[in-house]
Amino acid sequence: MIALIIRRSYQSVVVMLVVALLAFTMFRYVGDPVSMMVGQDTSLEQREAMRVSLGLKDPVPVQFARFVMNTAQGEFGISYQLGRPVAEILSERVPATLELSLVAALFAMLVGIPMGVYTALHPQKWLSKAFLTISLVGISLPTFLIGILLILFFGVLLNWLPTFGRGEVVMLGGWSTGFLSGSGVKSLLMPAFTLGMFQLTLIMRLVRSEMMEVLLTDYIKFARARGLSNKAVNFGHALKNTLVPVITITGLQIGNIVAFATITESVFQWPGVGLMFIQAIGLVDIPIMSAYLVLVALFFVIINLIVDILYHVVDPRLRVDGSGAHG
Amino acid sequence: MTAAARTVEGGGIDMNFISRTQDTLHRFLDGDVWYSFTQSRITIVAAIVTIILVGASVLAPFISIHDPFNPVNLNLMDSFTPPVWSEDGRWAFPLGSDDQGRDLYSTILYGSRLSLFIGFASVAFSMSLGVSLGLIAGYLGGSVDAFIMRVADIQISFPGILIALLIDGLARALLPGESHDEVMVYVLILAIGLSQWVNFARTVRGSTMVERNKEYVQAARVIGVSRLFIMVRHIMPNVMGPVLVIATISLAVAILSEAALSFLGVGVPPTQPSLGTLIRIGQDFLFSGEWWIVIFPGMTLAALVLAVNLLGDWLRDALNPKLR
Repeated sequence: MIALIIRRSYQSVVVMLVVALLAFTMFRYVGDPVSMMVGQDTSLEQREAMRVSLGLKDPVPVQFARFVMNTAQGEFGISYQLGRPVAEILSERVPATLELSLVAALFAMLVGIPMGVYTALHPQKWLSKAFLTISLVGISLPTFLIGILLILFFGVLLNWLPTFGRGEVVMLGGWSTGFLSGSGVKSLLMPAFTLGMFQLTLIMRLVRSEMMEVLLTDYIKFARARGLSNKAVNFGHALKNTLVPVITITGLQIGNIVAFATITESVFQWPGVGLMFIQAIGLVDIPIMSAYLVLVALFFVIINLIVDILYHVVDPRLRVDGSGAHG
Repeated sequence: MTAAARTVEGGGIDMNFISRTQDTLHRFLDGDVWYSFTQSRITIVAAIVTIILVGASVLAPFISIHDPFNPVNLNLMDSFTPPVWSEDGRWAFPLGSDDQGRDLYSTILYGSRLSLFIGFASVAFSMSLGVSLGLIAGYLGGSVDAFIMRVADIQISFPGILIALLIDGLARALLPGESHDEVMVYVLILAIGLSQWVNFARTVRGSTMVERNKEYVQAARVIGVSRLFIMVRHIMPNVMGPVLVIATISLAVAILSEAALSFLGVGVPPTQPSLGTLIRIGQDFLFSGEWWIVIFPGMTLAALVLAVNLLGDWLRDALNPKLR
């Protein structure tokens, strides 16, 4: 187990270094950092002085090492467009994205898993067929279109819910939360539904197909033959064994939620890191782009690590296999 | 040999070709794939929808009312005309017009043309890249395989849309501003294609590793056929079945990715709108009641993606020998 964690952590560090190298290359070679930071009337001497003070004259490996050190300490440089430290902008915007993603993920899981179980247990009932049709539409409708349709109905026609922003936020230490105010919760509903919808259909279809497969296995037949109640068989035996792949995929999907948050945030003008990234691409604000890249990569690497470990905790077969094969 | 004899011989080959084509057609119509197609009503509907949408976008210059890219045809007085069945609707604009007075019906035709072009081109790109790398990794094995698959592992742990966004953003930063509009379409194809090659490579690598040890490959090796020839002519035809399924599903994903990127404003330029760009334009007018600019392109996009997804689902089941 410890060997596994160490091996996986080592891989994660390699991935992070590759991403850091990519971010560094972007920062260093896409456009000239100095001319991005100074105005047009800066003299050549001043530019040269700035180049030296920024360390752009040092050997490239030294620059990269410094970049990694700074990044590891949360120093991402200064945004070209806003003229403020990227770390400061990030810390303002991360709470918005995390709250949105968390609610979306919970919504997808709490609704998706029961729907999947129901459709697997009663494949012929009309409600199952309705769920499956909805899921097909959910996969084919682009996220942004769902968002726009919601805005059209609940925002424009019915005027029930706010269509943009986070509403009122309350500061808890350095963390701004929308959970504590009425308008904050109301603003969260539509974006979270939009973001969670695609994951919901994915989880539902996954649970359904896994569960149907498990229900055909011999041990389920045996459990029924033993006279166990339907509830014990379906939930105690079948669902438990279904959850292993569901955990993996759902875990990996949390990363996807953060990625798709860029689109949802853009539809609802949600002030999170995704919207910041989109704006940075439009304005070619490299420090923000590379900071977002590093941050998202870190998030993904951590999630992958947790999912891998969780996988081994949940499935005892892997534990035996792992220690046997790798000593 | 006289000229007449040559003509006769040429004619013979021609006849041969026709009857061979007929044979192939008969075999296809008798085969499992066609049978399962005729048995699934929803697949037939999906195929018809796909054919109509693809056909309409190919024929866009002939069946559209005007060319929405030509400013001569546009009149700002016509902007925000509602669809023809509402009160102020006019037959000149069956589905209404947008903020620049472009007929929405024509713009959707041209927009789906662009969306489909980018979709097909990026799938072709990611397919050729993924299949080549998969063949190389599977056939050569060793450190080449390890390297390609490590890269694939790293890439697949990040969502495609982020990778496409990143490549797109980098291209924007690297290219000079004036050339953006012309090259953006190709940048998009590259970005979406690069974000999707992994699925192809993984599948092809897996089946190549199985095929590599079969006797026909060993026989080819023994008689001294080059590695490239073995990979392309012997192994590739035998591993393409699953590739077809992935390509269909990738097409749906690629069309969606293009729409998402254009919607985010980092895709094709607004002067040459794709379906995603149209939805982006329409979103600005949602609050003032001009719903048709969003709804019609949105429905077209959804119908297209749904139809392609259904075809992909069916193809996966039809080509899967386990389910027969």
